Amino acid sequence: MSEEKNEKMQDADEVVQGRRDFLKHVCTSSAAALVAATTPSEAVDNASNPDADVTVAEFFQGHFLLMSEEEKLQAIARLEKRYSAQYSKKTTVSNAPAPDGVLFGYALDISKCIGCRRCVHACVKENNQSRNDPEVQWIQVMKMPKGNIAFTADQLDKGYPEKSEFGDYGVQVGGNAYKTAGLSTEDAQNYYNDELVPDKDFFYMPVQCQQCEKPPCVKACPVRATFRDHAGVVLIDYNWCIGCRMCQLACPYHARRFNWGEPHLPAEEMNPKTHYFGNRPRMRGVMEKCTFCAQRTREGRNPACQEVCPVGARKFGNLLDPDSDVRRVLATKRVFRFKEEAGTYPKFFYYIG
Amino acid sequence: MKTALSFAMDFGAYAIKGGTKYYAWLLFLAFFILVGSYTAYIQFTQGLIVTGATDQITLESFFASFVFTAHVAAAAVLVVAPGYLYHRKDMKELAVIGEIVAMVFVATGITFVLFHMGRPDRTWHIIPGLGYMNFPNSMLAYDTIVLNVYLILNSIGVVYILYKKYIGKFEAKQLAIWFRPIVFLAIAWGPLIHIVTAFVLASNARVGTWATAVLPFAFLSMAGASGPALIVLIFLLLRKCTKLEINDSVINLMTTIIAWSLGIIILVFAAEIFTLLYPGTEHADSLRYIMFGHNGLNHYVLWFWGVILALVGSFAALLFSKVRHSYDRWLPLVCVVVFVAILMEKPMVLVFPAFSPTPLGEYTEYHVTMIEFFNVLFVWAIGFLSLTLILKGAIGILTGEVRHDKSSAASQSGA
Ligand code: SF4
Ligand code: SF4
Repeated sequence: MSEEKNEKMQDADEVVQGRRDFLKHVCTSSAAALVAATTPSEAVDNASNPDADVTVAEFFQGHFLLMSEEEKLQAIARLEKRYSAQYSKKTTVSNAPAPDGVLFGYALDISKCIGCRRCVHACVKENNQSRNDPEVQWIQVMKMPKGNIAFTADQLDKGYPEKSEFGDYGVQVGGNAYKTAGLSTEDAQNYYNDELVPDKDFFYMPVQCQQCEKPPCVKACPVRATFRDHAGVVLIDYNWCIGCRMCQLACPYHARRFNWGEPHLPAEEMNPKTHYFGNRPRMRGVMEKCTFCAQRTREGRNPACQEVCPVGARKFGNLLDPDSDVRRVLATKRVFRFKEEAGTYPKFFYYIG
Repeated sequence: MKTALSFAMDFGAYAIKGGTKYYAWLLFLAFFILVGSYTAYIQFTQGLIVTGATDQITLESFFASFVFTAHVAAAAVLVVAPGYLYHRKDMKELAVIGEIVAMVFVATGITFVLFHMGRPDRTWHIIPGLGYMNFPNSMLAYDTIVLNVYLILNSIGVVYILYKKYIGKFEAKQLAIWFRPIVFLAIAWGPLIHIVTAFVLASNARVGTWATAVLPFAFLSMAGASGPALIVLIFLLLRKCTKLEINDSVINLMTTIIAWSLGIIILVFAAEIFTLLYPGTEHADSLRYIMFGHNGLNHYVLWFWGVILALVGSFAALLFSKVRHSYDRWLPLVCVVVFVAILMEKPMVLVFPAFSPTPLGEYTEYHVTMIEFFNVLFVWAIGFLSLTLILKGAIGILTGEVRHDKSSAASQSGA
């Protein structure tokens, strides 16, 4: 503990020796003013946490992956101190590396899923999302009508030409011709509010970050704030993200969520066991998304959504291990990937069990 | 050094001198800057939540306006190019005005991008060396490079030309050897910023309507219409209110460019509509949404048809030589219509509706908030204020009212 404290005291000085010393020398004072001007709510938070140096040091912090081991420890200590003060509870920020020889994969049984959205809420609780105004959810459950055929029988013979020598069902100009077509999610309801689930006329399909092997979001990020780790999970350095939302534009799964305003996370609901790339509290103006619970899976545990699912529709595991749950699903079930035509090779599989 | 200083002083002094109307215009802009400072403060302290953007529609009016500024900035080469590439005497003098427009509009565009960012305080993360630039993967990284280079090229051009004219040494022999290459590079760079900006949008698999090879051409043709529309307005105004000589031939050239750019825009729209609607696959969903609405959501429908009508109408009007030569009545009117139509096309047709349906099948509408609206006006007001002041000073130099030779010859040699 005392070691940590010493490190924290030296933070501001040691960052100077980093490769950003040019910037620091040129504009320490103006930058401090800038930080104060652009992050006043953090500054307010820091009023209870008298260490304004923390904010300044965080401002000068580089990309986490490019830091030296020492800088990483300092950054972590800084965050732990800030979070502990902000949420008045001892908060740990882990830096556990992704395991070697592992490629994380997920499989979800859409024939089992009952649409209860326990996974959605377990995720919010585990991952310290903003709770109200707005509540940020990383998992979205689509409620889809069974027999989702994008036309209606009563319209079959509508439109021109109504009669032709080939019968009634020729080239359509009216009727179904103008109905949205080809979009399998067209009739999905994303904000259903049912007392009882499952609704027997519907099936449910939860969507979250698909941890693409060829992630377009990583390609689009101008500062590499988002990247893929060697276990195949796409992560974000919340302190490096500039909030340009190019990744959100690029993601074909609508998996990314932006902190449009200051996230509201009540101290008593905050989960103090965090990971740097996982569930540590985010700040305003940065991107976030599902990390397969980096704070859990990097320690060999299962993601929160997998644990909470009451019907066992969710399987998580190592795609490189032939005996893992996921691999067994892949070998024995009818499996598909969502929007495979986007060419991103998701490691999230849907199956019919 | 002394000459440079007196250049800056004389330039500035002339720029802020003017009649009542001139001051009224400056005051008008200052009003929006004043209001805008407050709304900008709100946005920078509370975050983008004060805009209408959502996770479904993630680009706001700032980004849409940025695309528009890129239109005008790129089109400014159309004023520079005739003078330098085709040696048109009547245009060569005016080239610097094109460069000023380019410079100011790129700078305005960069300001819009800063408003777009969630963390403008972290902009340094993209500077190679200090931060990390995801080059050559990210299209936004390319865009950052081309925009900044364009800004620098044009700023060099503007300052150099004006300075040389100011000290009265603007003969071919007296120009530095690097000057012509820079002007030519800037001319080539204009379309480039635009093509790259189109690719920033077209590179997203998520947004089907943008994933089309026609997008850069749509952008270039819109640039060809909106940029010269603004420039014609500026030229007509300068001709009327200052001693600067601008021939009819110059205005006619610009008008021709506007007319045929409009023709190409109409063709591009038609091609896009046909290619999407005839097969009617899921790529048509978004276009259908703009054209006809979806289950009662029809926020964009009127905008779409309004823009189409304005573009087709202006094209048709410009086919009449009476309109083209009505310098104090119909031509400015058509130019205003073209400018405003393309300005409104950006958010209401190009950007917002493209996000519906989302990958998960949601249809949403975008509603611009007051704060966002005033922030957009804020940036525009700053842009137009700089444009006015710089143009005013430049006119002084071009007409010879501001020059150095009233000072002694000694300080000239000392420079
Ligand atoms: S689902 Fe979206 S956010 Fe997740 S890795 Fe793929 S592109 Fe990136
Ligand atoms: S929002 Fe953040 S993570 Fe996404 S592209 Fe921009 S900088 Fe990268």
